[in-house]
Amino acid sequence: MFQIAIFIMGVSMIAGAVLAIVSRSLIVSVVAVGVVSLFASVLYLFLSAPDVAMTEAAIGAGLSTVIFLYAVKKTRNRDMEND
Amino acid sequence: MIKKAVSFVVIAIFSLMLFAVIKEWETASRLKPLAREYVTREPAELGASNLVTAIVVTYRGLDTLGEVTVLFLAAAGVGLFLKLRDREKKTPRRNSSEILKTGITFVLPAIIMFGVYIFLNGHLTPGGGFQGGAVIASGVLLLLLTFPDYRPKYGAIHTIESLSGTFYVLAGIAGLVLAGGFLDNRFLPAGNFGQILSAGAIPLIYTFIGLKVGTELTGILSNMKGE
Repeated sequence: MFQIAIFIMGVSMIAGAVLAIVSRSLIVSVVAVGVVSLFASVLYLFLSAPDVAMTEAAIGAGLSTVIFLYAVKKTRNRDMEND
Repeated sequence: MIKKAVSFVVIAIFSLMLFAVIKEWETASRLKPLAREYVTREPAELGASNLVTAIVVTYRGLDTLGEVTVLFLAAAGVGLFLKLRDREKKTPRRNSSEILKTGITFVLPAIIMFGVYIFLNGHLTPGGGFQGGAVIASGVLLLLLTFPDYRPKYGAIHTIESLSGTFYVLAGIAGLVLAGGFLDNRFLPAGNFGQILSAGAIPLIYTFIGLKVGTELTGILSNMKGE
């Protein structure tokens, strides 16, 4: 049971990472990276590292995703102004 | 064509290296010598019931100071390049829905309190300064998302940030003078193992780290959002 859960998490992480590279839309890529972090944090919890899991969930999945989204929004606006 | 071939070769080399690592890998059934040393020495020496905290704050305290410095530099860089322009945006913003506003107003104090709980209990339960600070910053992020016109008080944020950073280093120097070395936590009484006021200066140091990380991340977020 435990093994299956870890396996599913790992496969989802790889799928998210591939989606982040392949996707044409930057927004989708950023969200996919966030999903990778989210599954990674659950994996850390399973591997009995709750401290690392908390950091990964709060910073990796939460804050850095939002900071990337802000950055995407900012650069897009700049491009429009230049056109 | 050549580019593809080169990248294929690089990927092949990397997978060979990784395969060698995976082939040798086996689940650890007992602690390695260094880990055993930490596990046996820590409760008597430092008295923090969360071993990870004792390592992060005391045994490897200098690394944590370095991490906080890196985060500070990142925040300073964001502030330098994306400093808030006073030019207000003319386009009217869509207001958040009433449900979101009311919900955030109810939930936000709990989030902030949970962040404070995480860094105050860093020496007892999983978590610590970085995690608590990040939780506080995500609370502020909710505030920024819900109320588009909200601006944090930058003066207060910067004062808290500089003061907590200074006091963090001062606590390290106090350890150097009064106890065994830089960031040694034993210059305060060790207290009873497992209680909130125990483990010497670890709760104090983690409070400073939590405040510093929280205010720094808040600064980064509001600078990134600033129009």
